[in-house]
Amino acid sequence: MHPVRKKRIIVISSIVLVLGLALGLVMYALQQNINLFYSPTQIATGEAPESIMLRAGGMVVEGSVHRNNKTLAVSFEITDFVEKVRVEYKGILPDLFREGQGIVAQGKLNAEGTLVASEVLAKHDEEYMPPEIAEALEKAKLNSASSNTSY
Amino acid sequence: MSWTWFHKLGSPKWFFQFASRWALASFWSGVVLLLVGVIWGLGFAPEDYQQGNSFRIIYIHVPAAILAQSCYLGLGIAGFVFLVWQMKMAPVFIKSVAPLGALAAVIALLSGAIWGKPTWGTWWVWDARLTSVLVLFLLYMGVIAIQNSLEDKVLADKAVAVISVVGLINLPIIKYSVEWWNTLHQPATFKLTEAPAMPIEMWLPLLISSLGLYLFIAGLAMLRMKTEVLNRERRSGWVKDEVLKSGV
Repeated sequence: MHPVRKKRIIVISSIVLVLGLALGLVMYALQQNINLFYSPTQIATGEAPESIMLRAGGMVVEGSVHRNNKTLAVSFEITDFVEKVRVEYKGILPDLFREGQGIVAQGKLNAEGTLVASEVLAKHDEEYMPPEIAEALEKAKLNSASSNTSY
Repeated sequence: MSWTWFHKLGSPKWFFQFASRWALASFWSGVVLLLVGVIWGLGFAPEDYQQGNSFRIIYIHVPAAILAQSCYLGLGIAGFVFLVWQMKMAPVFIKSVAPLGALAAVIALLSGAIWGKPTWGTWWVWDARLTSVLVLFLLYMGVIAIQNSLEDKVLADKAVAVISVVGLINLPIIKYSVEWWNTLHQPATFKLTEAPAMPIEMWLPLLISSLGLYLFIAGLAMLRMKTEVLNRERRSGWVKDEVLKSGV
């Protein structure tokens, strides 16, 4: 290859490499700010700041949802399967909100470690399924569960 | 290894004849596939068990999002080729494709917002995936703005080539944003290494509409590049021959 072109390749590649490295280090340093939410474990270990707006994300614990019959107030627990955090929220929940669903709640931690949320968002995964298949899977799961307990 | 194809690709005359033959074929087959994929997806594919019908916007969102990134990959490679080998066709490619990529990025962002409202509960959230795609759109805008604002055309070609190459750093960030950080956005629908986590009657229309959008945009890109080549090469002999041949 022509030496001038070879030199250009080296110069351009090293510029991109150095810029990429610099950006990588910046993003590594800012990791906590780029993460959209704190996990319940981070909140339990005190990594998350108190009484500052933050987001917490996790799965809604089965059987933990309590609704107030008169108002829109609702409280539930979220978990990362290690720690749990209680969330209190007053407002309309997204359609996808239910027990076992991943959610992200934005709000402030109070002194008891409860997140008083002003916004609740639902997460979903990339496993899209027609309703019939989801139903069949659910049935199969129930069947295997019942057969396990009977034996 | 023979490099003739590489040199052919760099010849404006050869490209003009290649594009004259293939641009419309690519464009129209893209239109047909796009119509088939989108109508199938929006009208006939099964709905999702959680999201119901709002899931269907995937048939527009995912093709646009993949295309926006592919176009930028093309820009970056063209920029590199221009900076190293000074190939004439590379800046033609960048100038013609940047607006198309920007359009794809806008469609991805808008359809994502429309999808996000009913499922997540919000139009927009500053998570890593959404933000890095916004940065992709801004990079496209930067390329377009600099191309058009610099009076010195030689300098403009060089400047956009540099931005295109440097902006490549953003592509792995977009791709891995959902793995490196906590995000609201779910992981990728199509992965190179494994089958998609949905049944064939859901992903086949998605594949077809993605393919259709690629061919559609490739056709448009070739048409735009033809115009740009004619304009840049207007003083050369072969352009005069082409004009005489067309009988204008």
